[in-house]
Amino acid sequence: MAGADGDDSLYPIAVLIDELRNEDVQLRLNSIKKLSTIALALGVERTRTELLPFLTDTIYDEDEVLLALAEQLGNFTMLVGGPEYVHCLLPPLESLATVEETVVRDKAVESLRKISQEHSPVDLEVHFEPLVKRLASGDWFTSRTSACGLFSVCYPRVSSTVKAEIRQHFRTLCSDDTPMVRRAAASKLGEFAKVLELDYVKSDIISLFTALASDEQDSVRLLAVEACVSIATLLPQEDLETLVMPTLRQAAEDKSWRVRYMVADKFSELQKAVGPEITKNDLVPAFQNLLKDCEAEVRAAAANKVKEFCENLPEDNREQIIMTHILPCVKELVSDTNQHVKSALASVIMGLSTILGKDNTIEHLLPLFLAQLKDECPEVRLNIISNLDCVNEVIGIRQLSQSLLPAIVELAEDAKWRVRLAIIEYMPLLAGQLGVEFFDEKLNTLCMAWLIDHVYAIREAATCNLMKLVEKFGAEWAQNTIVPKVLGMANDPNYLHRMTTLFCINALSEACGQEITTKQMLPVVLKMSNDQVANVRFNVAKSLQKIGPVLDSNTLQTEVKPVLEKLASDSDMDVKYFAQEAISVLALA
Amino acid sequence: MGEDTDATPTLNHHGFLPDHNYVTEADIISTVEFNHTGELLATGDKGGRVVIFQREPESKTEPFSQGEYNVYSTFQSHEPEFDYLKSLEIEEKINKIRWLPQQNAAQFLLSTNDKTIKLWKVSERDKRPEGYNLKDEEGRIKDICTVTSLQVPVLKPMDLMVEVSPRRVFANAHTYHVNSISVNSDYETYMSADDLRINLWHLDITDRSFNIVDIKPANMEDLTEVITAAEFHPHHCNLFVYSSSKGTLRLCDMREAALCDKHSKFFSEIISSVSDVKFSHSGRYLLTRDYLTAKVWDLNMESKPLETYQVHDYLRSKLCSLYENDCIFDKFECAWNGSDSVIMTGAYNNFFRMFDRNTKRDVTLEASRESSKPRAVLKPRRVCAAGGKRRKDDISVDSLDFTKKILHTAWHPTENIIAIAATNNLYIFQDKLNSEMH
Repeated sequence: MAGADGDDSLYPIAVLIDELRNEDVQLRLNSIKKLSTIALALGVERTRTELLPFLTDTIYDEDEVLLALAEQLGNFTMLVGGPEYVHCLLPPLESLATVEETVVRDKAVESLRKISQEHSPVDLEVHFEPLVKRLASGDWFTSRTSACGLFSVCYPRVSSTVKAEIRQHFRTLCSDDTPMVRRAAASKLGEFAKVLELDYVKSDIISLFTALASDEQDSVRLLAVEACVSIATLLPQEDLETLVMPTLRQAAEDKSWRVRYMVADKFSELQKAVGPEITKNDLVPAFQNLLKDCEAEVRAAAANKVKEFCENLPEDNREQIIMTHILPCVKELVSDTNQHVKSALASVIMGLSTILGKDNTIEHLLPLFLAQLKDECPEVRLNIISNLDCVNEVIGIRQLSQSLLPAIVELAEDAKWRVRLAIIEYMPLLAGQLGVEFFDEKLNTLCMAWLIDHVYAIREAATCNLMKLVEKFGAEWAQNTIVPKVLGMANDPNYLHRMTTLFCINALSEACGQEITTKQMLPVVLKMSNDQVANVRFNVAKSLQKIGPVLDSNTLQTEVKPVLEKLASDSDMDVKYFAQEAISVLALA
Repeated sequence: MGEDTDATPTLNHHGFLPDHNYVTEADIISTVEFNHTGELLATGDKGGRVVIFQREPESKTEPFSQGEYNVYSTFQSHEPEFDYLKSLEIEEKINKIRWLPQQNAAQFLLSTNDKTIKLWKVSERDKRPEGYNLKDEEGRIKDICTVTSLQVPVLKPMDLMVEVSPRRVFANAHTYHVNSISVNSDYETYMSADDLRINLWHLDITDRSFNIVDIKPANMEDLTEVITAAEFHPHHCNLFVYSSSKGTLRLCDMREAALCDKHSKFFSEIISSVSDVKFSHSGRYLLTRDYLTAKVWDLNMESKPLETYQVHDYLRSKLCSLYENDCIFDKFECAWNGSDSVIMTGAYNNFFRMFDRNTKRDVTLEASRESSKPRAVLKPRRVCAAGGKRRKDDISVDSLDFTKKILHTAWHPTENIIAIAATNNLYIFQDKLNSEMH
């Protein structure tokens, strides 16, 4: 008989077990997440004989509970008695692998893959492999899709007869009636190929690959493109031409733009997988076609790969290929009708300058950069500006500055505030590359103008921008150029602008250091405590709290404390609150 | 082709048995749809409810009870809502139901009202867990001192329970009223069409959809047509068709471009609005319904329909009054039988029409509680055009009841079983020969 002590220790576990079937999903979820605690309390024997059978039938629950369960079971080996008993975990995971929710199935498959490693070779054939077979020949396609992910983990560790069976099952699933299963098989084809003996790759996988790549469903064919990368890496160079290339060529010219998109999207991987020779003979023309595709989505995906593709070309005739084959297409894309294509290109085009060197960049690329800086679409201009560093290294930014400035000014004044916000974020970078003189001369006024923008997000970003500039150019620069202008706004008739002064001070005090803060900023803040607008006054209190740590204790006691005390007896509730908060944080009470 | 004048008419030489008539509540049925095996039938109504019927397994003792459809589950799919931004009420009426191909032991269906599409899971449960540690089965808290060992719940058999749970809500993608939904043959995407746009969704993703057709003119004053129905090809994942109020059908190929506003085929000729379009099971033909006719088109012939069937030509003289009472805007749907050899569509006065494409025979049948007792054979009806010679049992055009209309019909995917929604009644008729043969 268990005594009173036993009851006490049982109680929390009893609650956990009862909550496995609570009405409230959150409580069930909590219990499932503590499944290991329950199992530990029950001991390995009862976990195997009572808990797991119960869990096997719990597949009616909400997805999030099932997901948590699938994850837990992947780490349960020790709790059922170690590798010797790990197969007890298969039934609950098997039922989870057939539910309709993809994330749950995927998690169950992930856990199954994990525990497959803990099976001894014998157990793998006696328990695990039959489960894979059951799933693979299940009535519902959910179970067959799950099976696709399990072949590759058991294949390397089973006998050759079982291996033959596994290959047969995989073949069957590749020609399943439902597109769902064929998709699952296609997406695991590359992974399965990796564990197969090379002879079987050539005899089995290639024919499956060819079949899937000419499937009637677009969604299956496009997954075959991905498998193409893995298969190509496995095969010796001399076999690629006959075994892979016909299919790849066909995919690059597929009737469906989604398949061509996939080829464009995977182009760099494909290029690496097939090697330099095939790249030169086949992929260059294919890439040209993708850059000229009739569907904008495909052109955009290809445009995104321009830099990577060029970088990975064999060095011996890289420049020649780019100049004669790729650059003409790129030139056309600069004036594409679709803005996504143009902005995709703009995000990578600057990278070509490092590959092509100074002279080619000035002669061929610079005109393109300049054209894109004048593009009607702000995103294109932004993408060029955000990548200026690549060009800076090759030809120096001065070449561009004449066109850069109008582009920046135009973006800075764009009617859409999100565009303005984006250009502000590049300001510190630009300032660094253009140097302090150019900045003072041309861009400083812009940065100050943003402080009085009518959109708060812009004013806020402008404040943050000032801080970064000060970090870059130093406190002395700040004292001469920024601080006077910021402090001048303290007398602005618009209270929003007066508050901006305070926000700037909050941001700048630390970067500017104690002297500037005490001598120039603090007097202004203190003076603003008499502002007639309560919002300004409580922001004074917040500012004082913020800049307090920068000030010395004498200033705090003699100047800050009296003002905060005055604000603490303000008629406005919020002002009082923030003043009191500042007093306590700065320990002035 | 006129009305069938045979005295003992009928399609395939045997009538349809009224199997049963089901009265849901006093609410009007707004859509009827069989699942892919025909074992389940779902109806949606104006009250936002979905009722699922299940076909009973064969029984040796009662030969006639075989194949009867009984209520399997009823649930509230949509609730009335209010769009505060546009000050618009959103009706709960179910516009369309589509079943998903079966993927595991559970069944899934999509239902939509004017704005929001929902994915529902229908599953069975026959076990329930028993045994608590801290309370007994009646829920009384146990005395803590009596709890001396841990108890894991055990699953015990129970009466079969059908559970329906919402799985996904696809909202906020339609500015206009959704009129169609259609699941793609790839099993992972579906489309939803409203008056001016068609969106493509992934069944697992609710927060984004792709616009594949947009016929909204830059200026709404230039609006000349609206989309009335849309459907995916049964086998080719890239093809879909949509019909318009101008009487055109457009067949689009999603392979060519992401935005399918350039249609590949254009079926013209007609003057009146197409109220429904359905691909044949083979995928070769299209069936459309406009106000007075049903037409079959061959996908390979754009110029004119292959076959045209007069549904109720006698109404031609009454179009003015039908316009005045708004009947002319009724959206009649149409259906193919399992082998694509017979088509069916509804009419007024609780009549519905069937046309045999091979024999060119047609029949008018009536779905009404008075005329169709269980297991009785349906008598063909005939409407006598104004001024025509009237025979016994004929009905004059002037005595047709235009408030009793059959808009929604569905045909079992393989067998000769049809479901007819007549206002608030659902009739299921079954082929006599069929039941004798089994």
